[in-house]
Amino acid sequence: MFKRMFVSAVVAGGVAGFLAAALHFAFLQDRLLLAEQYESGALIHFQAAPAMGHDHAAGESADHDDAANGEAGHDHSTPQGAVDGDGHSHSHEPSGGSLGRNGLTVMFDVLVYVGFAMLLIAGFGAAEATGRRIGALEGILWGLGGFAAIQLAPAMGLAPELPGTPAAALGARQVWWWMTVLCTAGGLGLLAYGRGMALAAAGVALLALPHLIGAPEADGYAGVAPPELAAEFAARALGIGAIAWAFLGWFASRLWSDKPA
Amino acid sequence: MTISTTAKTTALSKAFGPILMMVVLGSSLMFVAGHAQSAALHDAAHDVRHATGFPCH
Repeated sequence: MFKRMFVSAVVAGGVAGFLAAALHFAFLQDRLLLAEQYESGALIHFQAAPAMGHDHAAGESADHDDAANGEAGHDHSTPQGAVDGDGHSHSHEPSGGSLGRNGLTVMFDVLVYVGFAMLLIAGFGAAEATGRRIGALEGILWGLGGFAAIQLAPAMGLAPELPGTPAAALGARQVWWWMTVLCTAGGLGLLAYGRGMALAAAGVALLALPHLIGAPEADGYAGVAPPELAAEFAARALGIGAIAWAFLGWFASRLWSDKPA
Repeated sequence: MTISTTAKTTALSKAFGPILMMVVLGSSLMFVAGHAQSAALHDAAHDVRHATGFPCH
């Protein structure tokens, strides 16, 4: 059984990862590169220009875990080539130029989606072991459920970020992210497969819980890129996720049901 | 009824190990590709992390 699960996950996740990467290059990469020009200071959005009296220092401290860690060196108005003062200098241009960078994007999209596929197929296995068949329709619904749990629900508290967007401390955001993923997956599972109103109510409560607690927030808004760019980025990132996940669910269910147990 | 319940329980317990292994493997991949903060991993996975909505940096 493990081999059947593993092979289905690698094949379905691999293909879905390539699809996600293709959509990434079609819809997202130019937005991301443009945002980095604002992040580095090569481009300056008029509202964020220092001449307008916009106080970067106030927002900067919320940008990183360690505000005392040489933030003075992190000046968005410095022209291109500025080194981040936050300890990890990410040049955004790994050796190999954009080809190398985009190759890594394809590779990590495949890795991430194989991971998603493993979780999805673990769910298929559990559903089947309790006597439920996973057809194409169930596959698509499971895929969209995975999208809701891993991307959509976390995005309601922590929107997909443009590079250079100030945000709350990383550790706190990661904790809230994992909690939201677990609660949403559990809540949807209870709604879909639970019997009786009590379990349905528990499912709704689980879905709501992370949002009642609330995601960690940065102090104020201090992004340097135009809001239009951030909106486009977030909407497209979620759209790509929805498409890739729906495909992943459908394809994984086809691979899964084609093979003898 | 008893027989089908027993059969179900057997199917579930047989499937439990592989399911758990898939959950562990899938979560580990998600952690390494999406959340681990080593500088090399962060730089390599940077664009995917932003695009997937993982908390990046």
